[in-house]
Amino acid sequence: MNSIFQNIPLNHYILLSTLLFCIGVLGVLFRRNAIIIFMCIELMLNAVNLLLAAFSTYFGDASGQVFVFFIMAVAAAEVAVGLAILTMIFRNTGSVDINSLNKMKH
Amino acid sequence: MTLSHLRKIELKLYLHYNNTKMILSVFYFLAFLAILSALMVVISKNPVHSVLYLIICFFAIAGHYVLMNAQFLAAVHIIVYAGAIMVLFLYVIMMLNLNADVEPHKNKWIKVAATISGGVLMVVMVGALRQSATTVSAGSNANVGLIKNLGVVLFRDFALPFEVSSILLLVAMVGAIMLGKKEIN
Repeated sequence: MNSIFQNIPLNHYILLSTLLFCIGVLGVLFRRNAIIIFMCIELMLNAVNLLLAAFSTYFGDASGQVFVFFIMAVAAAEVAVGLAILTMIFRNTGSVDINSLNKMKH
Repeated sequence: MTLSHLRKIELKLYLHYNNTKMILSVFYFLAFLAILSALMVVISKNPVHSVLYLIICFFAIAGHYVLMNAQFLAAVHIIVYAGAIMVLFLYVIMMLNLNADVEPHKNKWIKVAATISGGVLMVVMVGALRQSATTVSAGSNANVGLIKNLGVVLFRDFALPFEVSSILLLVAMVGAIMLGKKEIN
């Protein structure tokens, strides 16, 4: 069987995950809509997942893929709680702009 | 060595070369799709478009998992992310009626600073990781991502974290219901 080990160097996956992670960081810094910031956090988690799966496949160790499974569970919990918090914020302030959330400063 | 023998070897080499090129081009296509749609998530003004581009990005990443022969991970990724999380995002966006371009005008310098710092982070990480060529151990087995192997590892070595993650999901469910409820007088 012609597996991917001979075909794609591991460095390609490292670079791809780095680029996806940096795009996620850029989105968190760039946007002010809290929902899009959440989506960029999901993007960063996915970049890390991709790299974990790549290392796990290339070194033949299944623990990495099991860890990706746990990260997915944590991401699902995080999204559920985070979106509940966002709807509560929207109910109280009428927007999801993060600049309107500086009430603690005053 | 006869001529037909040589022809056979030549054909085999050609097929191997072709297969390598095909897998590599599939990888490049999926990587291009993932990065482009991730950029469109950040750039597009309408939040609904952002969600749809993020779904494209997740499907590209699932394609990468299939390419790595991690079939269980690809299936779980599509079910959890595209099936549950992104539907939740779309539902919240439509419930809050955010599908118009409501983002107010932003200070230009903040955008410039965000772009510069993101770009600098990318340059640093790429520069640090470019030289980290790791050699792959030769004895890596290819069917590590099949569901049978993963199930054995998950329930033998990671049984306690598995149970703890179920408690985490239960706590998240209770927390989401508590937060979403109206205030109790």
